Amino acid sequence: MIKSLILTGFGINCETEMGAAYKNAGAEVTIIHFNEILNGTYNLHDFDILNFPGGFSFGDDIASGKVMSNKVKYKKMQSGKTFIEEIDKFIKDGKYILGICNGFQILVQLGLLPNLKNDYEPEVALVANNSNKYEDRWVYCKVNSKVKTPFLKNIDLLPVPVRHGEGKLVIKDDTTRKQILDNNLIALQYSDKQGNITDEYPKNPNGAEFSIAGLTDPTGQILGLMPHPEAFLSFYNHPNWAKLKQEGKEIKRENTGQAIFDNIIKHIER
Amino acid sequence: MNSIQTHIKPEYKDTKGISIQNKCKEQLQIETGEIKTSKLYTVDYEITDDNLIKFAENCLKNKITDEVLINKVYENIKYNSLIAVAQLPGVTDDIGVSAQMALADFLNREIDINVQHIFTQDIFYIENKLSENELMLIAKSFLGNPLINHIQVITKENKKLNFTPYVPKVEMQVDETVELINLDISDDELIKLSENKILALSLEEMKAIRNYFKDEKVIAERKKVGLSEKLTDIELEVFAQTWSEHCKHKEFNAEIIYEDKETGEKKIINSLFKTYIKGSTDIIQKHLKNNDNHWLIKVFDDNAGTVRATKNKLFVWKVETHNSPSALDPYGGAITGILGVNRDIMGTGIGGAELLFNTNVLCFGPPNYDKKLLKGQLHPRRIMEGVVNGIEDGGNKSGIPTVNGSVVFDDRFAGKPLVFCGTGGIMPDNYLGRNAWEKPIDINDRIIMAGGRVGKDGIHGATFSSTEINEKSPQSAVQIGSPITQKKLSDFMIVAAKKGLIKSSTDNGAGGLSSSVGELAEITNGAVVNLEKVPLKYSGLKPWEIFVSESQERMTIVVEPQNIDVFFELAENMELEVTDIGYFTNSGYLDIRFKGKIIHYIDLDFLHNGVPQKKMQAELKSLQLSEPENIKIEDYEDVLLKLLSSQNISSRENIIRKYDHEVKGKSIIKPLMGEKGTSPQDAGVMRLAHDSFEVIAVSNGIMPKFGDIDAYEMSAGAFDEAVRQIIAVGGTLPNTKKNDDTFWTVNDNFSVPDSLYHPENNPDGKEKLAKLVQMCEALYDMSTFYDIPMTSGKDSMKNDFKAEGVKISVPPTIVYSMVSKIKDIRNTITSDFKAEGDLIYQIGKTYDELGASEFYKLYGELGANVPKVRKEEAKDTYLKMMQANEQNLIASAHDISDGGMLIALAECIIGTKFGAKVMTNNLGNLSINAKLFAESHSRFIVSIKPKNKEKFENIFKEKAQYLGKVTNKNKLEIFENEVVIIESDLANMENAWNVEL
Repeated sequence: MIKSLILTGFGINCETEMGAAYKNAGAEVTIIHFNEILNGTYNLHDFDILNFPGGFSFGDDIASGKVMSNKVKYKKMQSGKTFIEEIDKFIKDGKYILGICNGFQILVQLGLLPNLKNDYEPEVALVANNSNKYEDRWVYCKVNSKVKTPFLKNIDLLPVPVRHGEGKLVIKDDTTRKQILDNNLIALQYSDKQGNITDEYPKNPNGAEFSIAGLTDPTGQILGLMPHPEAFLSFYNHPNWAKLKQEGKEIKRENTGQAIFDNIIKHIER
Repeated sequence: MNSIQTHIKPEYKDTKGISIQNKCKEQLQIETGEIKTSKLYTVDYEITDDNLIKFAENCLKNKITDEVLINKVYENIKYNSLIAVAQLPGVTDDIGVSAQMALADFLNREIDINVQHIFTQDIFYIENKLSENELMLIAKSFLGNPLINHIQVITKENKKLNFTPYVPKVEMQVDETVELINLDISDDELIKLSENKILALSLEEMKAIRNYFKDEKVIAERKKVGLSEKLTDIELEVFAQTWSEHCKHKEFNAEIIYEDKETGEKKIINSLFKTYIKGSTDIIQKHLKNNDNHWLIKVFDDNAGTVRATKNKLFVWKVETHNSPSALDPYGGAITGILGVNRDIMGTGIGGAELLFNTNVLCFGPPNYDKKLLKGQLHPRRIMEGVVNGIEDGGNKSGIPTVNGSVVFDDRFAGKPLVFCGTGGIMPDNYLGRNAWEKPIDINDRIIMAGGRVGKDGIHGATFSSTEINEKSPQSAVQIGSPITQKKLSDFMIVAAKKGLIKSSTDNGAGGLSSSVGELAEITNGAVVNLEKVPLKYSGLKPWEIFVSESQERMTIVVEPQNIDVFFELAENMELEVTDIGYFTNSGYLDIRFKGKIIHYIDLDFLHNGVPQKKMQAELKSLQLSEPENIKIEDYEDVLLKLLSSQNISSRENIIRKYDHEVKGKSIIKPLMGEKGTSPQDAGVMRLAHDSFEVIAVSNGIMPKFGDIDAYEMSAGAFDEAVRQIIAVGGTLPNTKKNDDTFWTVNDNFSVPDSLYHPENNPDGKEKLAKLVQMCEALYDMSTFYDIPMTSGKDSMKNDFKAEGVKISVPPTIVYSMVSKIKDIRNTITSDFKAEGDLIYQIGKTYDELGASEFYKLYGELGANVPKVRKEEAKDTYLKMMQANEQNLIASAHDISDGGMLIALAECIIGTKFGAKVMTNNLGNLSINAKLFAESHSRFIVSIKPKNKEKFENIFKEKAQYLGKVTNKNKLEIFENEVVIIESDLANMENAWNVEL
């Protein structure tokens, strides 16, 4: 069975639905407090996928994801190593990492995304939305057809909720911009219902550059995204389910957020 | 001390600065020019220069967007004014705490987070040169509250902004003295003592305490433990807490002499609570048991009511008011309201319930309020924004979806807002074989305080006035909640309870340890607490202050001695501070010690049952009201659009979107749904688990406006509104068959003005109390009729704002917050129209009831014909709705409420791509105004597929009044006797409705 590790604690709060998503996909799910990694109760390398769920780690204080990423980078574990060193090995072993919302913010602060230079130095940032407020609304995300991450295989367009105040992706400089584009590291972009990418508010809810909703790294093993596919595991989560049901147009599993989790499990099983 | 300042590089947008700039312009008409925001961290910790720089660069600065300055403050000639906002001493500085944790991780060093080493300050650089008055106005309006914040405003002088960072270190002398108090004094002096110490105890209550201390047996017992016959300061404070209105509900338990002035009928009510609230639930429990329905598990005698949700899960539900704190500090009041009610759920029964959702009902003065503000009165807009932000952070940062809510505006809420916060949770029905809803405690079980530390926050709750706050002493008027601290606490309790490490628990809210330990001690009949063991935020608290402090994010947990070690180990792993502060006994006494010396020794029976019963008077007087002359309408579309944009009807979208209503992935019917995600819904619906089709519906009923005509009908109407919202989404009434697990659980929350008669201060107190009695009578009549039980609730009795000789009293208000189970997600219904050609009906009858309607309000009229609840008729309607829904005949259902039938129709179209063509001929022999705008209860707008017409009409008969069809024309067309009276484009309606609050 594929083993999926979900980290929680310190204000992370989307671990349950993420667990449900992996369980539906047929994985064995372990949800643990991050300290159980630090104190050696669990070993990262016993797992196939590492997940950073959404939430408010450390209340988004200082900057979203900042304090948690700091822990990953600097805090010495029982073993004397830092967790980022373990993550480095985990990636080199060909394993997978998913970060959603606050998890994406953590991955970006850690320099794990997009990680063009393989040096874990931040190259993009997720900052306050142009609206300067937290918003919960459903958007459409278009999957970049050239992106090579297995998480998004066969997904073209995904309706999905965003729930954040700091999700505007900004890029360090033009060189980084070019490399992100050239390497097809843009995974998901905000779009209209037809899949046309747009920077018009509120379809693009935060004003992100290139309407970026999610990024992957050059290996495709890491995916980070602001929207919450784990909040769309059932047709009945969709805001228009009642009308679609009357019309006999129930949304199929492969067109819900569940598809991302199904994909990665299928990919690893193969 | 070192300082680190971060600020955004000029090439990146300072969105926060832009937002403040816009608000200054729009709301204060102040042109600020550009505003630059910045954060300053003062580091009061030994650190090398090298590490300081690395810490700043790596841990505080956003590497892409920020610049950082070390031991320098930012300067730029462009800016001519400055505002700096810090916390006052002792106020939680969450960002400082997080920065300190980051420092500990960075240095790989243990740094006690309970000693504050990093202090933060927000600095706003403002382009234009503004006066100190203007700067202070901006600061108080948007940036801080002088009750909790230290605010500096600086205008450029001699080409320089003279700013020096402020560090709110608490500097206090240690004072462990216990004062002895002599109660053998005159009545006048007793009253004065109560007032001076802000005890809020009446003369009768002070006398009862005095008599207790004169009892020879008491004197003898006290001598044995080394106490004199004088009482100690902590004893007096504990009496004040335990006997407070908040804890003992003295007015709801008072003896009321009630007189109906019209009929001359007199009666004596011995406790509103026992007679009507508990009285109704007792009867309902019998009705349920007689019908083999066993879901009502625990009511009233715990922090929250408990019902059985599934075979092995319980549902725990509580709604509370947090009005006074929200009037003083809207953000802090609301967030502690939400986090406080969360803890009620966490501490019900054994404890450790998972928090499933939040709900809230908010009553404010109008945001465009233009009367002169009284001293200490905050502008309603300010209160609204602060409260909404508090609810946002309280829910979002805890990962609890806010699934349902309501906002009501009325001038009379401009003094004191009403803030009702609710939380539902799910608890296993047993932990390792122990019934989770029970609260067992045995002698020698340990008393553990868990979570945050104790400071001076909230001593005497909100009664402390701001003038008593000294600059260097921690402020105590309000508390600030820390959702992240509480999330850690809640995560811990869920794990610890499942492992069987928690035997019982309760929360520390009003009265702090004095009430949590005081109440738990009743179970074994005694407890010993060693106050010096209680961890403090800073030294300098007197023993009594430690015991009654209302510092937030704390639970009191009962742990069996043999589990202590495992319990402490788990807490350490989850980074939660837990402290063993005492144990339970059966001595009969609440025995409180400080450094070994007994300083509080009161008989628990007297402490809990010794308060004398209050006596109150109520007089019901009838009002002389009349209906206005027939209001002639020239243009009905104009009325429609005016109503859609009116304060109590318009869209709440900009509030709703600030609340996370999706987290946990269980939300099914959210506040806004449909094609465009903007159609307003009735009750919120959530699934109980990811792997089950069982859901619950959550609703709130509130309609204070009807109380201006008839308080009984107001209360009955609010009850009906909450019920019909649940019926609208596909709910079913309880106890309609045997062995049915469709539970209903209700919280009643009263918020009324001072109803204690006083010839000078409150001359109309008797009439106000009569209204409260009527509200309770309606509660009893409605709940026993439907077998829908109250399971918990709260009463907030003094909702008046007094200043400058003016009193602003809230209208008597009751909120019924209901949750009910719906067996199958697939049976739930939303309110928006679904397809062109669907048939539209009004279900339920309209009466000539325009009294207190939104329509009359447009014309400044009140009227006399208040909507009446006809419960037999209503029940028949609801049973038919259930029957129709069981056969899947209903495509959409929306309850008719504020604004009447026309507004309900418009709401069914908003957010869709449809329109409706409707005729009013079938609505009976009524004026067109009544047909369109009367707010008669127990009605719905329902749409069905044409093929279901026959089956549908057979069920409802004359109860279904055909209105017309859903069209694809994007407009609402209304015909009266075949003449078009309204033809309104959907875009116009949506524009009118989408008012930015």
